[in-house]
Amino acid sequence: MIAVQILFILVALVTLASAVLVVSTRKLLHAALWLVLTLVGVAVLFAFLDVAFFAVAQVLVYVGAIAILIIFAAMLTRRILEDVGPQVNKGWGWAAVGAVGLFAGLVVILSTFNGFWAKPAALSAEAVDLATLGEALVSPQGYVIPFEVASILLVAAMVGALIVAVDRKGGKS
Amino acid sequence: MIPLAWYLIFSAALFCIGLFGVLARKNAIAILMGVELMLNAVMVNILAFWRVLYAPQANQNAFVFVAVIFAVAAAETAVGLALIISAYRRRDTVVASDLDTLKG
Repeated sequence: MIAVQILFILVALVTLASAVLVVSTRKLLHAALWLVLTLVGVAVLFAFLDVAFFAVAQVLVYVGAIAILIIFAAMLTRRILEDVGPQVNKGWGWAAVGAVGLFAGLVVILSTFNGFWAKPAALSAEAVDLATLGEALVSPQGYVIPFEVASILLVAAMVGALIVAVDRKGGKS
Repeated sequence: MIPLAWYLIFSAALFCIGLFGVLARKNAIAILMGVELMLNAVMVNILAFWRVLYAPQANQNAFVFVAVIFAVAAAETAVGLALIISAYRRRDTVVASDLDTLKG
């Protein structure tokens, strides 16, 4: 086993352990902080996959924006944060059974896939050339329509979030 | 190098942990965190398949999918948290099963 593989296993185990803590910690703010660690772990995995651009985007968008948004929301709903009651539904055992069953099913189905143990070939420079991606995103032969739809979706979501969250009555609480 | 299988097993595990969070947690913000975990698992999956199957041909289509997932995740979080904060302001709760006005 070579050093890269040992490193991969370490990162994957830390990421999965913090993901388990995200869904099992009682305090919501702690769960949000574990979520940050999970997202950083996924960014490291992106670096393992030679997609440096998405590793950086992961840190910027997920750790920098989404996680902070979640922490803010957790703080704005502070009273519930220290909730003394159970933090999971009554049927959480079934949820655990379903999740484990889905994992087992996924692994079984994936292991029938021919290239399951395939190893990545060496990478050429143009495979991760960002200029190609940039041109593909704005060229009519490429992906300009999905790109524009995604940007309109983002604008609409931001305006919608503002309209939903705004306090029209001046705030009773 | 790291075989494709490791990435796929990792992302399957991450997806299932997120699914458990979505199904089991009471707090709506915690449910949203589970959705984020699932989206991350999907991105790892797409990029792992790209790395093994399409990177040798310098085919970058997978990047477009991942970029769109980033945009959708940001939009989903913004709208979801706005809804949760709005519901908290009106109903004083973020527990998903307490938001049952539409229940028959």
